[in-house]
Amino acid sequence: MIYFDNSATTEIYPASLDTYVKTSKRVFGNPSSLHYLGVQANRLLEQARKQIADTLQVSNEEIAFTSGGTEGDNWILKGTAFEKRSYGKHLIISSIEHPAVKKTAEQLTHFGFEVDQAPVTEEGIIDVNQLAELIREDTILVSVMAVNNEVGTIQPIQEISTLLEKYPKIHFHVDAVQAIAKIDTQKWLTPRVDFAAFSAHKFHGPRGVGFIYWKKGRRLQALMTGGGQEGEQRSGTENVPAIVAMARALRLTFEKINQRPEHLNHLKDALMKGLSTYDKVTIFSPEENSAPHILCLALKGIRGEVLVHALEEKEIITSTTSACSSKKNTASSTLAAMNVASALATCAIRISLDESNTVAEVEQFMVVFDQLYQRFSKIN
Amino acid sequence: MKYSEIMVRYGELSTKGKNRRSFIMQLASNVRQALIDFPALKVHADRDRMHLILNGEDSDLIIPKLQKVFGIQNFSPSIRVEKDLEQIKQTAQEIMKEIYTGKETFKVTARRSDHTFEQTSDELNVTVGDAVMDCFPDIKVQMKQPDINLRVEIRSNGAFLSYETILGAAGLPVGTSGKGMLMLSGGIDSPVAGYMAMKRGVEIEAVHFASPPYTSEQALQKAKDLTAKLAPYVGQIQFIEVPFTEVQEEIKNKVPEGYWMTITRRIMLLLTDRIRQLRRGLIILNGESLGQVASQTLQSMVAINEVTSTPIIRPVATMDKLEIIDTAQQIDTFDLSIQPFEDCCTIFAPTQPKTRPHLDKVHQYEERLDIYGLVERALANIKVDQILPESPQDQENEFAELL
Repeated sequence: MIYFDNSATTEIYPASLDTYVKTSKRVFGNPSSLHYLGVQANRLLEQARKQIADTLQVSNEEIAFTSGGTEGDNWILKGTAFEKRSYGKHLIISSIEHPAVKKTAEQLTHFGFEVDQAPVTEEGIIDVNQLAELIREDTILVSVMAVNNEVGTIQPIQEISTLLEKYPKIHFHVDAVQAIAKIDTQKWLTPRVDFAAFSAHKFHGPRGVGFIYWKKGRRLQALMTGGGQEGEQRSGTENVPAIVAMARALRLTFEKINQRPEHLNHLKDALMKGLSTYDKVTIFSPEENSAPHILCLALKGIRGEVLVHALEEKEIITSTTSACSSKKNTASSTLAAMNVASALATCAIRISLDESNTVAEVEQFMVVFDQLYQRFSKIN
Repeated sequence: MKYSEIMVRYGELSTKGKNRRSFIMQLASNVRQALIDFPALKVHADRDRMHLILNGEDSDLIIPKLQKVFGIQNFSPSIRVEKDLEQIKQTAQEIMKEIYTGKETFKVTARRSDHTFEQTSDELNVTVGDAVMDCFPDIKVQMKQPDINLRVEIRSNGAFLSYETILGAAGLPVGTSGKGMLMLSGGIDSPVAGYMAMKRGVEIEAVHFASPPYTSEQALQKAKDLTAKLAPYVGQIQFIEVPFTEVQEEIKNKVPEGYWMTITRRIMLLLTDRIRQLRRGLIILNGESLGQVASQTLQSMVAINEVTSTPIIRPVATMDKLEIIDTAQQIDTFDLSIQPFEDCCTIFAPTQPKTRPHLDKVHQYEERLDIYGLVERALANIKVDQILPESPQDQENEFAELL
C-alpha cells in the first residue's frame, strides 16, 4: 500500500502510541487532584506544555490544549467574537479557509456578526491589498490559514502581519494545522500573529488532541466552561495521555525538520514533472509558494472520486481534495475560490506526502497513473 | 558570529586591596561552577581581567549564564584571529556586515599590549577603520558615544575583536562574605532577600519548615523550585527541610491563640540558629519587611529575636512591597511565589495575633512546652537536598521516557 493521504491524517508514530499507552497506565491521576497522583499528572502535563512551547519558541502560558484543529478554530473565532463584541462585530476570513473557520464564521453571522471573505488569486494565494480594503473600524479578527489544506498554497502571513501592524487591536488568527513542521515556523508564527491552531494527528500524534498558540496579553472568552482547567480558559479534565503523546510526536517531527522539505520537494518535483507530461492533467498547486507535501491535480473528464477509487484498486491511497468534504460530493471550495470551473474542480484529487514516502513509491504511482490515463483516454 | 573568547571585567572587587586575589579566585570558581555544562571552556583569571576561552562551546548558551554571576561588571565576547593585518581587516569587515544596518555610527578602539606588532594602536585604528569604510563608504564615524565601538586588541597570543559589552550582575562574588542561613517560606519576600544577600557575596543555604499534612507536597516543591531560581547565581544551593508538624501541634495545644505566631516564629528562629551552628554559617537571613504582617512589627521582631544573638540580616526590611515585587519579577520568582499553597506561616494562623507581644507572657507560655525535646527531634530529622539550577531535572528524568 502506498499512503499518499497524509494531509487527511498521518499514521501515529509507534513512540507516540507507546507514550499514550504508558501514560494511561502509569500517570492516570487527574491533574487537578491534590494527592501525589494528581500532582504527578500535573507535572507531566506542564512538561508536555513546556516541550511544545520550547519547540515553537514561545512561552509555556501561550500554549492551551484542545481536542484538535476544529476546536482551536472554533475557540479562537467565537472566543474573539464574544470577548470583543462591544468593540466591533466584523470578522475577515480568507475565501479558502478550512470549514472549521468558514462554518464557524457563518454561524456567527446568525448572532449579529458580519463576515467578509478576502479573495485569492487564480493561484490560490490571498491578495493582501484586497484584504487591506476589507478592514474596517469595527473589525475584530482576521483569520488566514498558513497552508491551504486542499491545494497546498502557502499564504503570505508575513505580509499580512506587516499590514496588521497598523491595526494592533485586531486579533490575527492563523490556522497552522497543515503548516507546522512542514514549512519554516517563522513564516507563519510572526510576532504579529495572536493565535494559531494545531492538530496532533497531522504530525503523527493521536486523534482528539491539539493545541492553540495564544499570545500573552490577548483575551478570549472560553468556549468550554466548567471546572476551570487550562487557567480557567478551557474546562474539561485534561487528556494527559494524548497531550503527552502529542508532545512526543511533535518533538520527533521537529527532529527531522531540516531534511523534510528537501525530501518532500524532491518527491513532489518528480510527481509534477511526471504528471505535467499528460495533456489532460491540470496541476492546481503552484510551483512557487506551495507547501512541499501537497499536490492537487485533475484529470480532465474523470471525476475525482473515480480516480481516487481507481488508484485505490492499485493500492495507492489519495483523496478528493479535503477529507472533510470528500464524502459530500461537492467540488472543492478552494478551487472554486480560485475560479476553477466547477466541471474541472470536480475532477480534482489531492496527493499529500510524508517523509516516509519514497522515490520508489512515486515511480510506482507514475506507472499506475499512466495505465489509468491510457484506460480513461479510451472512454473519454 | 562565532566567538572564541569572552573577556570579563571585574566589578567592585577591583578595589578590595589585599583580599583581591582571594576574591578573584572565588569569582573564577563561581564562573566555573555556573558554566559546568561546558567542559571545553577554560577560565583564566588574571589580576585585571578574566578570560574565558570557549574552545568551540556555544556563546549563546554561555552568555545568559554568565549574566547571573555576581562580581562581574560587564563582559565582551570576542573573536580571536592571528596577528595578521589581512585577517584582522577581514574579520572587522565580517563583523560590521553582520551588525551594521545602515544607520549606526562607529569607531575603532585599538589597543596593542604586544609591542612587537607591526602597527601602533593609532595606525591600527586607521587601518581597521579604512577596512570598514571600504565595505560601507557611507558609514559615519563618531568618536564620542558611537553606536558601534569596534575594539581590536593585540595581545601576545593573538588579535581579539569585539563590539558588544554586556552588563554583568555586579555585586560581589558569592562566597567571599561567608555563609548565611536563609529562612525560605515560599512567599514573595524571602527569595528576594536571598538574592540580595547573594549579590553582596553571601553564600546561602535555604531553611524551609514543612508541616505535613497541614502543608502539602506542593508547598515543599514550590520552596524547592524557588531555590532552583536562585541557584543559577551560585551553581547550587543546599536546601534544608525541617520537620515542623510536632512543634506546631504542640503550640496549638498548649499556647493561647494570641501567642501562637510569636512562639512559632521563636522556635523557627531557634531551629535555624541551631542548623546554622551545625553547618558553620555565620548569620541568618530572612524576608521580613517592616510592618507587613503581625510578626513584622518592631515589637514582634524584638520578641522573636530574643532567642538568639546571631546577627539576623533582613535585606528587604525597609523596602516597599511593590519594590520587592519588582525584584521578584526580575529574578523570576514572583509567579512561583504567588501559587496558593498553605505554608507553615499560614496554617494555624490566629485570627488576632498579638502585634505587641509581652516577653514575660512569651516566657510563661513557653514553659508549657518541652522546647528542648521538640528542637532536638526536629534537628534529628532534617533533610538536606542539593538544588541545582532549574531543578526539575529529577522530574525530567522521571518522564524522559514518555516525552
